[in-house]
Amino acid sequence: MYPAAFEYHAPTSVKDALKLLDKLDDAKLLAGGHSLIPMMKLRLAQPKHLIDLGKIKGLAGIKEEKGVFTVGAMTTHWEVESSKPIKAKVPVVSETAAVIGDPAVRNKGTIGGSLAHADPAADMPATAIALGFEFVCEGAKGKRTVKADDWFKGLMTTAVKDNEVLTTIRIPVSGPGSGACYMKFPHPASRFAIVGVCAAVTVDKSGVCKKVGVGVTGAGTKAVRAKGVEAALLNKKLDAATIEAAAQKAADGVDVQPDLQGSVEYKAHLCRVFARRALEAALKRAQG
Amino acid sequence: MATVERVLGKSIKRREDPRFITGRGTYVDDVKLPGTTWAAFVRSPHAHARIKKIDTAAALKHPGVVAIFTGKDMTGVNSLPCGWLLPELKVPPHMPLASDAARCVGDPVAIVIAESHDAAEDAAEKVKVTWEVLPAVSATDKATAKGSTQIHEVAPSNTAFTWQIGDAAAVETAFRGAARVVKKKIVNQRLVANPMEPRACLASYDRATGDLTLWVTSQNPHVHRLLMCAFVLGIPEHKVRVIAPDVGGAFGSKIFLYNEETICSWATKQIKRPVRWTSSRREAFLTDAHGRDHVTEAEMAFDAQGKIVGLRVKTIANMGAYLSTFAPAVPTYLYATLLNGVYTIPAIHAHVTGVFTNTTPVDAYRGAGRPEAAYLLERMIDAGAAALKLDPADIRKKNFIPKFENGFQTQVALNYDSGNYAAAFDKLLGMLDYKKFRSEQQAARKQGRLLGLGFSTYIEACSIAPSKVVGSLGAQAGLYESGKVRVHPTGGITVYTGSHSHGQGHETTFSQLVADELGVPMESVEIVHGDTGAIPFGMGTYGSRSGSVGGTALLMSLQKIKEKGKKIAAHLLEASPSDIEYTNGQFQVKGFPGKAVPFGQVALTAYVPHNYPAGLEPGLEETSFYDPSNFCFPFGAHACVVEIDRDTGQVKIVRYLAVDDVGNVMNPMIVDGMVHGGIAQGVGQALCEGAVYDDGQLVTGSMMDYALPKADMLPMYETDRTVTPTLVNPLGVKGAGETGTIAATPAVMNAVVDALAPLGVDHIETMPLTAGRVWTIMQSAKR
Ligand SMILES: Cc1cc2nc3c(=O)[nH]c(=O)nc-3n(C[C@H](O)[C@H](O)[C@H](O)COP(=O)(O)OP(=O)(O)OC[C@H]3O[C@@H](n4cnc5c(N)ncnc54)[C@H](O)[C@@H]3O)c2cc1C
Repeated sequence: MYPAAFEYHAPTSVKDALKLLDKLDDAKLLAGGHSLIPMMKLRLAQPKHLIDLGKIKGLAGIKEEKGVFTVGAMTTHWEVESSKPIKAKVPVVSETAAVIGDPAVRNKGTIGGSLAHADPAADMPATAIALGFEFVCEGAKGKRTVKADDWFKGLMTTAVKDNEVLTTIRIPVSGPGSGACYMKFPHPASRFAIVGVCAAVTVDKSGVCKKVGVGVTGAGTKAVRAKGVEAALLNKKLDAATIEAAAQKAADGVDVQPDLQGSVEYKAHLCRVFARRALEAALKRAQG
Repeated sequence: MATVERVLGKSIKRREDPRFITGRGTYVDDVKLPGTTWAAFVRSPHAHARIKKIDTAAALKHPGVVAIFTGKDMTGVNSLPCGWLLPELKVPPHMPLASDAARCVGDPVAIVIAESHDAAEDAAEKVKVTWEVLPAVSATDKATAKGSTQIHEVAPSNTAFTWQIGDAAAVETAFRGAARVVKKKIVNQRLVANPMEPRACLASYDRATGDLTLWVTSQNPHVHRLLMCAFVLGIPEHKVRVIAPDVGGAFGSKIFLYNEETICSWATKQIKRPVRWTSSRREAFLTDAHGRDHVTEAEMAFDAQGKIVGLRVKTIANMGAYLSTFAPAVPTYLYATLLNGVYTIPAIHAHVTGVFTNTTPVDAYRGAGRPEAAYLLERMIDAGAAALKLDPADIRKKNFIPKFENGFQTQVALNYDSGNYAAAFDKLLGMLDYKKFRSEQQAARKQGRLLGLGFSTYIEACSIAPSKVVGSLGAQAGLYESGKVRVHPTGGITVYTGSHSHGQGHETTFSQLVADELGVPMESVEIVHGDTGAIPFGMGTYGSRSGSVGGTALLMSLQKIKEKGKKIAAHLLEASPSDIEYTNGQFQVKGFPGKAVPFGQVALTAYVPHNYPAGLEPGLEETSFYDPSNFCFPFGAHACVVEIDRDTGQVKIVRYLAVDDVGNVMNPMIVDGMVHGGIAQGVGQALCEGAVYDDGQLVTGSMMDYALPKADMLPMYETDRTVTPTLVNPLGVKGAGETGTIAATPAVMNAVVDALAPLGVDHIETMPLTAGRVWTIMQSAKR
């Protein structure tokens, strides 16, 4: 299919992009185009204007300062996947990026686009929640920072406002004794996540859980924090039985959606299975 | 003189591949003509709706629009034909543009022609259709239910036909005396072919000559031309040229005459400019003929030892909204006639009901009927083994038809050519190390692992023929093939074949055949196909017929060339033609190797006939039409080993083994490729593919929802062959295009059932075996 006609704009600064957003009616920001353009080709989206963020300097790139990575919204999945500092300090982020789509998708799609688009079956949202990413949005009035827990609002809706640009994603580096893992059960056709769970744990020397984050994606209309699982683990000594019991709560609070790939029961069950698997792997890494 | 190396039977790399893999192929969409316009179709979003009004006013004003036509404009144009008429078949009208009602989502109601693709798509959105939405039925087993919406006036209860084969009384008797009868519901789900290249056409009317040229993605351009000219548009065939250039896969879906090329062929004459249409993937899902879609009740009766004594089958086959070109043949003559399988089954009866539903029409898809038959038999024999507590290998061995070399009469009309079913199976068991596998399985089960093995011992029917027989069964066409060989003055050879390559590699295998037969290098042979302007006639490529039928037609022409060449050579050598033999690219006097003329010299003499036999026509060009005396029947034995993840229900294929017997092999590498791809498609049906309708809406209408098999789902295949040549054709080749697709689906299903056997599962009605479905089966089995 061919998309409906639209006008193309290529601002070179965030300020200009914001001005265009303000001025134009029915405009959409364009990042990697790997969610937006397929929708436009199917004419499910027919924006009148596209504002390409690709020509803005400084919107892409990975920096590390004082235990926090700042990743530009326009950084591609591949850049995230292959970044040596990310691989060394927050490997789970690289691993999550590595299971998004195929190489073509990863070479064009961006971390900002993925997190702004908030596809319910996207991968990075689970990791964003588990690790506690922060989102820097820029509007006419300046910048504001949104925490992961406040970011995913509903089906394909996030905290970024229509007149804002998501410019930066902050990824905290976990301290010693930490480990994390993202595990995904891919859809046989799209390879998006039927269910994906990211688990991040920090344990002390005696194996007691001092910090934990578990994000669940795919099963519901938006990615969520598995609070029940976290509560069942925090300050407990982590062993197989504790993890198994905690994982049982992985689907609590997820508005599980049935589809051709499975019933509500099945997908809820998958949340538990993948929570357990991700936690086991995270613990192993934390201790290893 | 050194002997020329034989090339037939060798794994020669495909000559066409460098062109394809470097992006230099010429597909329909690559053909550019000046002044070309673009077509977009306005399609029904409803599964069933009356058309109240079509308002084109706003669309006509859209910049770039050249013309818009609806069904009402297409006066004098007839219904798309059904090319296989069963007795009492209800053939409803299938107008290229629906004007009374739309009967499935995607049914075209208007064509918008514009200066550009974008303008056509944009304007099509502006065509306003007023619909009166009607109730729809899409489920195969609900079509004939009381109260279902009536789709066609001519077909009460949405029944297109009822048809039967076999001996009902004999089955009745056999069942009465049987020790055990197993009865199962078997659903063979609907599939979408999804060739890599979508359908496309470019129609160009020449005002000067009144000729029409149609480039179209077709497996059989002559059939396309015949059906379109004679039945629909009423144009004489000599004014129409149909060209199917490089075609990027088809799997059956490009056999049929579709609405789009017919409408574009009509429209080009109206606007006097070329009209192009290329399907989007979304349109492909909605409008390419789908495959399979059977719901069956099967009963197999056994004696106490596990020998099959009877088979009773009742099938409902979904035809979709209209009868596609060969649709009625698929669930009848291509399905029920295969229900004898590779087994001795003394009594068989099959009853088939073809039904209309508000869905995309269903027609032949790789295997076409034969996969459905093999799937049923293989499922039933395993169900029998489970019921009788027999080993699935033993029950097969007990029931195989013993080895035969020339003819076995089945209970369902067909006469098999040659077969040695036990030999293929024994070879498979050896490769598998069957005993060892069963002990490994025992050990795995003790650990709670779900490891399973499935067999599939199948037969297929290729190159269906002879024309007289298929004609008596309802085919509106013959099933022969043509092959023309033109030897050029300097010895180069152009072959014109009625077969059509859309992935099969004819340019290679047919060149091998020519090179081998004439002892000339492959490089001096060119294969031309897919052009009604160049080829005498052709029935095209489907049903694994190219090697056996097209190849034989070609061989016949090569023999004629040699015969004529002998006469010329005899004259040059001052010998009698009966004393001339052809070896190593030379005509020589028998017993006198020195007395010889090379092929090239004979060719030149034929065109410069200064010193030439009296009464012999100049030139060296021969045409043959070959109408086989019977089908060919490849067969084989496949095995699949799976392990199921208890947590997720995910099926992982651990091993896949195949022993196929396709008769003589012209190019092992190409046959292997066919087997590999076929297995992938068969696995796809078993594990992930399936067209799902919800109230007439196709919910698996994109690559995001419809799961094709992917490389990482498949293990390294372990393949081998046995060779049982056919006596039907002189090449001894049977056909290799569909074996994998036919065999793989039941092998995977049987493996999954075997893996789940410890949970008490002995049958699964529905495919695909998605992880979710398998998990659900595991949960209910535990209860
Ligand atoms: C074949 C295929 C397979 C895929 N598989 C996966 C998969 O397995 N897992 C997965 O997670 N994803 C998958 N994706 C989606 C892919 O990751 C996309 O790249 C991503 O979802 C969107 O990023 P983008 O840069 O392409 O954004 P775009 O498509 O350009 O934009 C998406 C949306 O986000 C908005 N947006 C983009 N950037 C900003 C910004 N900086 N500020 C505010 N709004 C913004 C746009 O306006 C638009 O609405 C797949 C895509 C394809 C085509």
